[in-house]
Amino acid sequence: MSMPDSAVADGLRRIGGGTRRAIARLGFAARFAFAVLIHSPAGLKRIRLTLREIYFSGVLSLVIILVSGLFVGMVLALQGYDVLQRYGASDSLGILVSLSLVRELGPVVAGLLFASRAGSAITAEIGLMKATEQLSAMEMMAVDPLARVVAPRFWGGVISMPLLAALFSTLGIYGAYLVGVKLIGIDAGAFWGNMQSVVDFRHDILNGIIKSVVFGIIVSLIAVFEGYDAAPTAEGVSGATTRTVVASSLAILAADFMLTVFMFRGVGVI
Amino acid sequence: MNRSTIDLWVGIFVALGLGAVLFLSLKVGNLITSGSRGEGYHIEAAFDNIGGLKVRAPVKAAGVVVGRVESIKLDPKTYEAQVSLNVEKQYQFTKDTIASILTSGLLGEVYVGLDAGGDTQMIADGGRIAKTQSAVVLEKLIGQFMLDKASAGAAK
Repeated sequence: MSMPDSAVADGLRRIGGGTRRAIARLGFAARFAFAVLIHSPAGLKRIRLTLREIYFSGVLSLVIILVSGLFVGMVLALQGYDVLQRYGASDSLGILVSLSLVRELGPVVAGLLFASRAGSAITAEIGLMKATEQLSAMEMMAVDPLARVVAPRFWGGVISMPLLAALFSTLGIYGAYLVGVKLIGIDAGAFWGNMQSVVDFRHDILNGIIKSVVFGIIVSLIAVFEGYDAAPTAEGVSGATTRTVVASSLAILAADFMLTVFMFRGVGVI
Repeated sequence: MNRSTIDLWVGIFVALGLGAVLFLSLKVGNLITSGSRGEGYHIEAAFDNIGGLKVRAPVKAAGVVVGRVESIKLDPKTYEAQVSLNVEKQYQFTKDTIASILTSGLLGEVYVGLDAGGDTQMIADGGRIAKTQSAVVLEKLIGQFMLDKASAGAAK
């Protein structure tokens, strides 16, 4: 009789402990985010550190972003044309492609790629610095690791992400132009003209840019936090890197849903 | 990797990114004309039924887009739909202009069509269109048709 009781109690204890740890970690993450913002001016004073991080997370992500954007746009054009031509609406291909890319796919897919390409690298780098006690060494030399290591990586990601998302959308639309106009033979005037008459700067493009800035903040914050919080072992760093990719992907998708509800309600979408 | 190479690459990256934003704004979003669209003037029109008209639907004259629908409200006294149109400044319409709610094609978008009349005076900012034509509601039309058929059959 006492056996199942203790098993139940044990299970409850484990759930309670896990919940407590998760909430405490969230609190630490919020405190950490605040500390990064406080230390940002000191970190941004040495602008070259941030430029270096833009190089590593932005410039080195260019190839994967550009190639993915091109292919996503080309596939969208092929599949979109297949459906649209059944209703005799193949002239609307430009609208379909540009709205999906600018509003959703550009920021979201670029954000997911950015999380796996740059976010994981940031986490691994900071985690390894912690494991090899470089961060402690900096503190010892009165160099603040938040200003010197974390803030430049955070701002490098925040600056890179909107630019990468805009490039993704641009290449996607160009890819759709190649497939739709050059390959399938839709009229170029209808492709661009319909696109321009429907896509609105404030509602579509500006909201897309806002989304990509938000995703940049989310991914960069999760990446630097997981690296800073990683257990200082090989296993800890690998776990933190995995958590960065998983957590930032889920956070991007959840944030995208909420932003979409706020941005496009009353524009005829919902 | 030395400093100047990093600077160069970051510069190229930022320039490319800003170029992409510019491309999206100008080529895709058509910012130049939508900018002048924002500085248009307002015309009010009341309709008995607006059908499927939505905010941001185009306003067309002779098939040319001259503005956008800005807001749609129901007048609580007359039970008419109050539609506010934002028309580009360069297009002026006569006071006897007729506004009608039309559909491009059978399944196409719903828009407001403006047919200018012969009046010499123009509608000012905030002015009102007196003559309007409501949307054709297909269900009502079919119902009317069936009623006519039935009464014609009964008369025989």
